Amino acid sequence: MTKILAIETAGPGCSAALWVDGEVEERFELKPRGHSELILGMMQRLLAQAGLRLTQLDALGFSRGPGSFTGVRIATGVIQGAAFAAELPVVPVSTLAALAQGCCRETAARRILCALDARMGELYWGAYGLRADGLVELIGREQVAPADEVELPEGDGWHGVGSGWAAFGDALARRMGPALEATDASRLCRARDVVVLAAAGHLAGHGVSAAEALPVYLRDRVATPKR
Amino acid sequence: MRVLGIETSCDETGVAVYDHRQGLLAHTLYSQIGVHAEFGGVVPELASRDHVRKTVPLVAETLERAGLQGRDIDGVAYTAGPGLVGALLVGAAIGRSLAWGWGVPAVPVHHMEGHLLAPMLEEPRPGFPFVALLVSGGHTQLVEVQSVGRYRMLGDSLDDAAGEAFDKTAKLLGLPYPGGPELARLAEKGRPDRFRFPRPMTDRPGLDFSFSGLKTFALHTLQRELADAEIPTQEREQIKADIAYAFEQAVVETLVIKCRRALDETGSRTLVLAGGVSANRRLRERMREAIAGEAGEVFYPRPEYCTDNGAMIAFAGAQRLLGGQQEPLRFAVDPRWRLVDLPAIDRRR
Ligand SMILES: Nc1ncnc2c1ncn2[C@@H]1O[C@H](COP(=O)(O)OP(=O)(O)OP(=O)(O)O)[C@@H](O)[C@H]1O
Ligand SMILES: [Mg+2]
Repeated sequence: MTKILAIETAGPGCSAALWVDGEVEERFELKPRGHSELILGMMQRLLAQAGLRLTQLDALGFSRGPGSFTGVRIATGVIQGAAFAAELPVVPVSTLAALAQGCCRETAARRILCALDARMGELYWGAYGLRADGLVELIGREQVAPADEVELPEGDGWHGVGSGWAAFGDALARRMGPALEATDASRLCRARDVVVLAAAGHLAGHGVSAAEALPVYLRDRVATPKR
Repeated sequence: MRVLGIETSCDETGVAVYDHRQGLLAHTLYSQIGVHAEFGGVVPELASRDHVRKTVPLVAETLERAGLQGRDIDGVAYTAGPGLVGALLVGAAIGRSLAWGWGVPAVPVHHMEGHLLAPMLEEPRPGFPFVALLVSGGHTQLVEVQSVGRYRMLGDSLDDAAGEAFDKTAKLLGLPYPGGPELARLAEKGRPDRFRFPRPMTDRPGLDFSFSGLKTFALHTLQRELADAEIPTQEREQIKADIAYAFEQAVVETLVIKCRRALDETGSRTLVLAGGVSANRRLRERMREAIAGEAGEVFYPRPEYCTDNGAMIAFAGAQRLLGGQQEPLRFAVDPRWRLVDLPAIDRRR
């Protein structure tokens, strides 16, 4: 039996999910700024309900960003601590990939354009395609850029998801033209999708140590040197 | 009880293991000075990012140095304020979750309580009650300490903290960031009677502090003395050293006067110096000269426990855990947490 626990706190939602051989249990709450109060309790309750101890898990997963810097670090810190304590491998999962995975779980979309509002007039951006095995795969690269500069994917039938479509929907829709099929700006990244990708990563041998479980911010120029 | 302590409130990652019977078992520190130097001050976002990279490796290293495994740890303490919110959150998330993973209690620690109790890491250790002078980068406070958590604020800074005044004055003198220790080093070469700086707020009753005027005084002195472009380089350097000397002397003498006053007012005979500026050699010497003997005893920790470190957090956390305090399964930080709002711990050890 493969057992994996994953969390997501990079967005306004806070969630944890337990994967036991493909069966997923999830806790989710929409409470911006409440992640640090909720997340450990969610993890604890999921384990208790399944009659598992942390050390009986095979791996941990977390939504490694991009997203709110603070939210991404809450998930990272919690997973680093738990993984170090229980000596478990960690599978970092892209927040954008998990968002796309969730879209495929609930809709018939096969091509997903994830856009999260990155503030400062920019988007966190990534294009994903659904593979035959039911998992999403990154097309091109994840990036942070203004709506009129993000790299557009080829082909059509694209579904736009994420808060970026609320903030910059018009500009993006104009650039995409008929290649854009639908948008859902209200979709949030969920731990139940993080855990699916984490499980796949674990089975493919992509686990890292607690110390190597690090965020991906995409926005890396956060200060300018003096002089 | 063996407690792992984690400090991440500003630009230093500190981790330590303290055992209430055996004392400090190991401690490690990583300073981000190199990260922030080119920005001329701490960049909060970069500080948070660095803590995320460094905390777990330091935990591993600290346990290894102590010859311990995770299962040997009985509790985890982490700094939960005051400090930079993002930086605090990293240590709190990792600390709280480590404790959860190990199945042991966790406790959030007030950074200044850590500083305040740090002299108790040393032998001989001060006994309660005492008066503490907290002098650091963000604080200049006189506190009456009855026991762990029973604090009465006697005096506070009205503007720049002593460490901040050191750092800003150092910058004026062209010294690299962070300037406090650099200024102290330069002052060693200064001539004693060349300049005399004021002793702010000593001419009136009260225990509050104001150090921002000294920085301005230093600036004016510097501008006046170096106005003549003909002054040779060597002489210029000497003038800067003289200013550093006079500045340091003014801060030190002001602190001495106020500490004497605080001891008089409280009737206490024990003075404890804590916080980064208490690493200052001249402050330590002068305080002993002026107070030890006739008026009482002066305690301060070795310099590495004066500036931010994990040992003081592990120690303060151990006191609180021994006193029965525990954090529920959550974590929270408070960047403006006030020392006087801490709950008292009654257990005497
Ligand atoms: N030898 C010294 N002489 C004077 N100042 C010093 C010396 N050593 C360190 N400092 C000063 O101590 C300060 C750092 O102390 P500390 O690390 O306790 O402060 P902080 O953690 O930034 O602030 P706080 O503890 O108030 O939140 C700096 O301002 C530094 O310049
Ligand atoms: Mg400090």
